Amino acid sequence: MKITTKLWIGIVVLIILSPLGLILPKHFKAGGAWGEAKLSSLWKAPLPDYAFKGWEEKGLSHSSIAYIISALLGIVIIVIAVWLIGKILLKKGD
Amino acid sequence: MHIPDGYLGPSTCGFFYAVMIPIWIASSKIVKKTLKAKQVPMLAIGAAFTFVIMMFNVPIPGGSTGHAVGGVLVAILLGPWAACIAITVALVVQALLFGDGGITAIGANCFNMAFILPFVGYYLYKVISYNAPIDSNRRIFAAAVAGYIGINVAAFLAGVEFGLQPMLHHTASGQALYSPYGLKVAIYAMAGEHLLVFGWVEAIVTALVVKYLQKQSPELLREGGL
Repeated sequence: MKITTKLWIGIVVLIILSPLGLILPKHFKAGGAWGEAKLSSLWKAPLPDYAFKGWEEKGLSHSSIAYIISALLGIVIIVIAVWLIGKILLKKGD
Repeated sequence: MHIPDGYLGPSTCGFFYAVMIPIWIASSKIVKKTLKAKQVPMLAIGAAFTFVIMMFNVPIPGGSTGHAVGGVLVAILLGPWAACIAITVALVVQALLFGDGGITAIGANCFNMAFILPFVGYYLYKVISYNAPIDSNRRIFAAAVAGYIGINVAAFLAGVEFGLQPMLHHTASGQALYSPYGLKVAIYAMAGEHLLVFGWVEAIVTALVVKYLQKQSPELLREGGL
């Protein structure tokens, strides 16, 4: 197996495990990151805090699914962005 | 370490955009010179890795949360300039799509996490692992130290950026307009939690992946950057 394939499998495993980053802080009653409480919103992010609107009260299983879908979506967009950047940087002669 | 909107004054935000623009241009130029088509997937994996590792919020029981950045690892594998591009992509997607980090603070957040963190980590790793065989334990040790110090320098600087705001921006009566925390409080908070907890997470993540790659794909450790 190619190493890039192995590393992508690793990324997928991390995506599936990512809700730990949601569940563990809840379990240990930890708050948000220091200095990251919202003060003002100049920009309306479509998926604030890797969560879906209206799913807040549906419990941890729902927010975990939203978290995983957010991770997947973020990574799809990142791959497209890097692919575009790669295309631009690989263009020789300018 | 993702500074949101409203914590940094306009001059601080502008300053860090002004600092980052030439760094982004230099990264593009340097990576352009050496990038080969087959390396683009590694760049994407690097960006995806930092994005997802930052979702693993690690709790300090009863306290705050934080996370590793994974940026030192990306710098060790792709070189610091390519890492700067990869982490910037992750931070911009986090800010625009998920509101993680402010859009006005993208310059500052990229300075801390996409510039300082990978560069400090990369050169520390290079110095400590100098002349060490690819499969040596010294490389694992170097990766751990580089991860720990890299994220801590970045966190310290984020603390300074927060902490300067009440001095830079306040009303005539002295009330802070943006981040209200003074230098001491902000540095203690940012540096403290990273020295005690999140720095170790970065160290372990960096060291474990380097150890894995020593066995699975030593050529990645040999190439030394895009």
